[in-house]
Amino acid sequence: MLQSYRLRLQRKRRLVRAFRKRRELKCIADRTGDILPEDILSFTTLRNERVRLSFFLRYYRDLGIDHFLMVDNDSDDGTLEFLADQPDVSIWTTKHSYKKASFGADWLTWLQYKYAHGHWSLVVDTDEFFVYPFCDTRPIGALTDWLDASSVRSFSAMLLDMYPKGSIDAVPYRAGQNPFEIAAWFDGGNYTIQKNERYKNLWVQGGPRMRAFFGDNPERAPALNKIPLVKWNRRYAYISSTHMLLPRGLNQVYDEWGGEKASGCLLHAKFLNTFTDKAAEELVRKQHYANSHEYKAYHDRLKENPDFWCKWSEKYINWRQLEILGLMSKGNWA
Amino acid sequence: MTDKTGDLGVILLVHTALDRASQVARHWAESGCPVVIHVDKDIAPKKYAGFVKSLSDLDDIRFSRRQRCEWGRWSIVGATQSAAELILQSFPDVRHVYLASGSCLPLRPIQELRSYLAQRPRTDFIESATTEDVPWTVGGLDIERFTLRFPFSWKRQRRLFDGYVRLQRKLRMGRRIPEGIVPHMGSQWWCLTRQTLSAILEDPKRKVYDRYFKRVWIPDESYFQTIVRLYSRDIESRSLTLSKFDYQGRPHIFYDDHLQLLRQSQCFVARKIWRHADLLYEEFLGNRDNPESRVEPDPSKIDRIFAKALECRTRGRTGLYMHSRFPKEGWENGLTSAPYSVFEGFSELFEGFENWLGRTTGARVHGHLFAPEKAEFAGGESVYTGGLCDSAAIRNNNPKALLANLIWNTRGERQAFQYGPDDTPDIRWFMAKDPNAQISVITGAWAVPLFHSNLNFSAIRTIAAERQKSESAFLDVLRSPYAKANVRVWTLAEFIEAPMVHLQTLIDEISPRAMRRLTEAPRMSDLAGFGQFLQNLKNHGMHPYLMGEFPKDDTNVQSGRPSVKPFVVK
Repeated sequence: MLQSYRLRLQRKRRLVRAFRKRRELKCIADRTGDILPEDILSFTTLRNERVRLSFFLRYYRDLGIDHFLMVDNDSDDGTLEFLADQPDVSIWTTKHSYKKASFGADWLTWLQYKYAHGHWSLVVDTDEFFVYPFCDTRPIGALTDWLDASSVRSFSAMLLDMYPKGSIDAVPYRAGQNPFEIAAWFDGGNYTIQKNERYKNLWVQGGPRMRAFFGDNPERAPALNKIPLVKWNRRYAYISSTHMLLPRGLNQVYDEWGGEKASGCLLHAKFLNTFTDKAAEELVRKQHYANSHEYKAYHDRLKENPDFWCKWSEKYINWRQLEILGLMSKGNWA
Repeated sequence: MTDKTGDLGVILLVHTALDRASQVARHWAESGCPVVIHVDKDIAPKKYAGFVKSLSDLDDIRFSRRQRCEWGRWSIVGATQSAAELILQSFPDVRHVYLASGSCLPLRPIQELRSYLAQRPRTDFIESATTEDVPWTVGGLDIERFTLRFPFSWKRQRRLFDGYVRLQRKLRMGRRIPEGIVPHMGSQWWCLTRQTLSAILEDPKRKVYDRYFKRVWIPDESYFQTIVRLYSRDIESRSLTLSKFDYQGRPHIFYDDHLQLLRQSQCFVARKIWRHADLLYEEFLGNRDNPESRVEPDPSKIDRIFAKALECRTRGRTGLYMHSRFPKEGWENGLTSAPYSVFEGFSELFEGFENWLGRTTGARVHGHLFAPEKAEFAGGESVYTGGLCDSAAIRNNNPKALLANLIWNTRGERQAFQYGPDDTPDIRWFMAKDPNAQISVITGAWAVPLFHSNLNFSAIRTIAAERQKSESAFLDVLRSPYAKANVRVWTLAEFIEAPMVHLQTLIDEISPRAMRRLTEAPRMSDLAGFGQFLQNLKNHGMHPYLMGEFPKDDTNVQSGRPSVKPFVVK
C-alpha cells in the first residue's frame, strides 16, 4: 500500500519534471496537426545520426508508423535540416543536457503527454529496429489492433545486440544501407533474467556486451529488457529509458504461469563503424548512463580488438528464427 | 440445385469497419441474397448515413432498427430478433437465414453455399450443446450463466459484475430456468430455416423467454441455441461460419498471410477478418471463375494452428525462460527442456572419465560447469553454444540461467557434466527439483584426488572436512521430498565393488537405444593405500564417513584387488 503510493508519487514527479523540461524544447517543424485518431506514433531522441536516418525512416514507414516525433539534441551534421524536410516528422531541438533530462526521457515524456494520449506509441532510438511476430506480412497496425482487441496495453521487445564478423569498424556503414547487412550476427542464447519486485518488470542481461565486456562484474552489464510499444495514456511515464514504466501494471508483459505472451525484439544496430567515434565523443560529453561507466568499459576494450563474433554466433534471417530460438514469441497470435 | 435467387437471406450485424461491411453486404446482395443490416447505434449518424448511401443502389437491402449493442448482453439478441423479423417479412422467398457480422467474409462463391443449403432444405445449422458438454467457459462461468443474474456489464462494470456473482454464490441465490427449455450454448453465428426461425420468433412464450434471457450472461450464444431445440426438426450442431476463439473467448483474426489456409479450409464464411487485410477482401470478394465445388468444409488445419497458438499462450515452451515467459516457481511446466546427466565423483574415481563417457554415449560431456574458477565447457571452450560465457562471475550471478540456457540451446543433443563439492552450491535445488536431471553420485570420491595429491596433510584434512560437509548438504537436497530428479547415490566402497554394473545402468539410461554391453571401461584410479589414508584422516580427528567402509588393511579390499592393478573389464 505504502509502496504503491510511493510509486504513484514517483510517477507524478516524472510527469512534473517532463512538464518543466518542455521549455527546453524548441519546435522546428510541427506537423502534429496531421495526426489522425488511429495513427501509430514513434518517439525518438537523437544526436548526429544523419547517416542512419534514411534507413531508419524507411524501415518504420514500411512497418506502418504514421508519424515520427523527434527531439534533436544539438546535432551539427545536418540531422535537424534533414528531418525538418520530412513530411511525416515533427521535430524539436534542444541544446540542453541530455543527462539532466533523464537521458532524454523527460523530453519524450512531455511529447507523449501532449500528443500520444490514446495512440499506440513506439519509443525507439535510431539504432533500434522493432521486430514482432509476422512483421514481414502484417503491418504494425495489425499488431496494435490485435493488442487492442486482447485488452493488452504494452508490448515487450528485447534489445538484441547485432554485430559484424570481424572488428566493428572493418566495414564502413553507408547512408541508406540496411545496417544488418554488416551487423548480421547475434548471440542466440546467453540471456539471464531477474525479476524486479519493485516495478514488477524483468531485468534481462546478456548478449555480446555482457560476454565480452562484463565478465568480471555482470551486474553492471546493460539491461536488454524494453517495453517500447504502449497504448499511451497521459498519466503514464517511463522510469528508466524504455526499460520500465509506471503504473507498473504496464510492466507485466510476461506470463508467470508457464505460458508465453506475444513479444518481439529490438534489433540493435549499435556496433557499426559509427560506434567507435560515438564512444569517444560520448566519453568526452559524459552524457550517458551511470557516469558513462558503460562507455569507459567499452572504450578501454575498443582499443584492443573488438570482435564480438565467435563460432556460436547466429546469423540473422528473420523473425521466425528469433521465435524458434526463444528470443521472442508469437504468444496466442496466429 | 436451383437458380432461383432470394432463397438465402443474410442478416449482417455491423458495429465497426463500415467500409468493409458495405463491401461484404454488396457482395451478398449482388450474389442474389437479400440482406438486412443492423448497424450499432454507437456509430455516428453521419457515418451511418454515408453507409446507407453507399448501398443505396441495391434493391434487396434493408436496415433494421438500430440498437446499442454490447458484448455479452441481451442487446445483440434483440438486434438479431428485429433483423430476423424484418427479413422474414420483407422477403417471402427466403428459406434459409444466415446470421453473419460485418467482419465476416464469404470464402466460397455464394452460389455454392446456396446449392449446399438447397440440398438440405430442412436443416438448421446451429451449434447447440448443453453446458456440461463444452469447455468454453470464460471467467469460470458455465451453467451459472443460466442460474445467476447478470445485470452489470462485464466490460464496463467489471467490479460490480464480479461482486454480484460472488454475492449470489454466497447467498445461494439462483433463478429458475423457464419450464420447457434446457440451456444450450454454441457459436453466435447460425443459419436457420424460415420455419424454425419464425417458430422461435412467434413462440407464444417468447415474452417469458426474452425476460429470462435478458439476465443471462452472453445470451447471443444461448438464446437461439436453446430455443431452437423446441422447434427444429433437423439440427446440424455446427456453425457454417469458421470462427475460432482464443483462450479469453475473443475471436481470432485472419490476415493476408492466412490466404492459403482459408482457401484450403473450404469453409463458406470466415470470421473475423482484419479490416485492413486488403488481399483477403480482394481475393474472396473478387469474381472467381472456379468451377462450382461441392467439397465439405474442412477447417482442421486452421484448427491445429489455433490450438497450437492456444497452447503456446497457456503452457509455453518447456524449459524456455525469456522476456515474455518467466514462470513463477512451480509453474514452469518443467524446469528444463531436455534430459541431462550430472556426475559427482566419477571423474575423480576414473581417469579420463569424460572422454570415455562421450565416446560411449555420444553425449556432449562437459567438465565441472559450476567449478569455482570458470564454467568448464566441453573441449575447454571459453564461449559455448548460444554465446554462453565461461566467466564464473556471470554464471554465479544466475546459475539457473546458465544451466537452463545450455539445455535449451543444445536441444537434440544430450548434455552431461561433472559436479562436485567445490562447485557453486546455488544450482543444487534447481537440479534436484528437475525431473530431466539424472544425478549420479559416488559419495566420498572427492577424497581420491586428495589421496593422490602432494599437499601437506593438514591442508588435506581441511579440504576433506569442507568437501565432506558440502557433499553431505547436497545429499540432503537430493533426498528431500521436493527432489524430482532421477537420483542414484553410492558410497565409494559400494561403487568399486561392481563398477561395471553401475556404469552399465547409467549408460543404458542415457542412450537406451544402444543397449549394448560395455566393452571399454574407464581406468580406475589406483587405490592402494586408500584405506590407510582414510585412517590417517581419522587419526587427525576428521571422520570421513561418506566413502563407506574401507578396511585399513588393503589386502582385504575386494573386487579383485583393484588397488594393485587398475580395474579393467575383460
